[in-house]
Amino acid sequence: MWQSFYDTMIAQGRWILIPKGLGVTLLIAFCAILIGSILGCVFALFKISKRKVLNIIADVYVTVIRGIPMATQLMIFYFVIFSPMGMSNAVLVAIISFGINSGAYCTEIFRAGIQGVDIGQMEAGRSLGLSWWQTMCKIILPQAFKTILPTYTSEFIILIKETSVASFIAVVDLQKACDNIRNATYNAWIPLLSCAVIYLCLTLGLTKLFSLIEKRMAKSDRSK
Amino acid sequence: MIEVNNLVKQFGKHLVLNDITEKISKGEKVVIIGPSGSGKSTFLRCLNLLEVPTSGHILFEGTDITDKTVNIDVLRRKMGMVFQHFNLFPHLTVLQNITLAPITLKLQSKEEACENAMSLLRRIGLADKADVHPSSISGGQKQRIAIVRSLAMNPDVILFDEPTSALDPEMVGEVLQLMKDLADDGMTMVVVTHEMGFAREVATRILFMDGGIIAESGSAEEIFQNPKSPRLQQFLRAVL
Repeated sequence: MWQSFYDTMIAQGRWILIPKGLGVTLLIAFCAILIGSILGCVFALFKISKRKVLNIIADVYVTVIRGIPMATQLMIFYFVIFSPMGMSNAVLVAIISFGINSGAYCTEIFRAGIQGVDIGQMEAGRSLGLSWWQTMCKIILPQAFKTILPTYTSEFIILIKETSVASFIAVVDLQKACDNIRNATYNAWIPLLSCAVIYLCLTLGLTKLFSLIEKRMAKSDRSK
Repeated sequence: MIEVNNLVKQFGKHLVLNDITEKISKGEKVVIIGPSGSGKSTFLRCLNLLEVPTSGHILFEGTDITDKTVNIDVLRRKMGMVFQHFNLFPHLTVLQNITLAPITLKLQSKEEACENAMSLLRRIGLADKADVHPSSISGGQKQRIAIVRSLAMNPDVILFDEPTSALDPEMVGEVLQLMKDLADDGMTMVVVTHEMGFAREVATRILFMDGGIIAESGSAEEIFQNPKSPRLQQFLRAVL
């Protein structure tokens, strides 16, 4: 057992591929959630806007993105849109398409959070002479934040796992790195199990971390 | 101070306010009574444009607030509003609830706003609650703080939308007392309420609304002692 682990992973320094792949996975996930959050904010505001045009734009975006498998979207972005434009940096394309994908889910998460705040809060803010935007920033969003956090963090964890699809466009992320080791050594067991364990540790660790943050927030809320 | 001309409000096909014309002068305490569904709250909410009228005009201190080019946010600073469900901001302390608008709108410095808020809180005997969150105070205290929050903007008029309807019976008195104090100080008030005792005692004028119109209006004496329309007589029999 130890010998075969040594042969596949340690000998010839193949293990180095794994932290490299992990780095790419995390890079894609973090950048994508950043883009996704920004898009989510914008389109959530579109969704709750009174302007029909903006509603429709947001609806189309969310419906299209959520209705197509991630792998299909990724390949369309890479082969149909960016490659013909001469952009072949696969990691960058992955970041952009995962970001756009995550944005659709964030839109729904943020919208639900904002609409979950009692309508009377907006009315109270406006009746004091605050503008819509001021009321949003000072009164609605701080309250929405708490209900958004749990679903938002789970969206991030889903996103991390989802990035394994990036290997479809030849991005060498954690998944692809492990798969490359499998190809080189004809040993499927060790690289793929290592891959699974690392993903598991990552998601488990983040779940724990986020629930700790939530608990702390809930606590500080009660003591007030 | 407030002039309402031919105000109509429709929700879809449902006609809620049917051509209302009314004038409210400075210093008046106008109490609006009427059965539920008569359009009282909608009328009140039109006055500060929380509901946008379908047609008609509302002039506040000479400015037509239904004009789309008017900056309603600036006018609303001068029209306080108190809601049935208080609508305090649960994520802020009592003091922050009161100072949020004056500070955000840069009408007062933080120190001035806090000082002003504290003196208002002292006046209603709740200075010790300044740093707690609204979740830990009673309904009556919440509503009195909501009233103080609107007072912090130094409004020219305060609109009350059934301010005691969501309160436990033993809390109603303290809120009404504060409203009476405000009335005695000369504040212009428009109050939608089911508290007939308050209406009788405080109102300089009572509007009886029914079916989207002001069916009858007059002094407390005229309305309570000498109601003209059968509908008002029937309503008073039911509530008194």
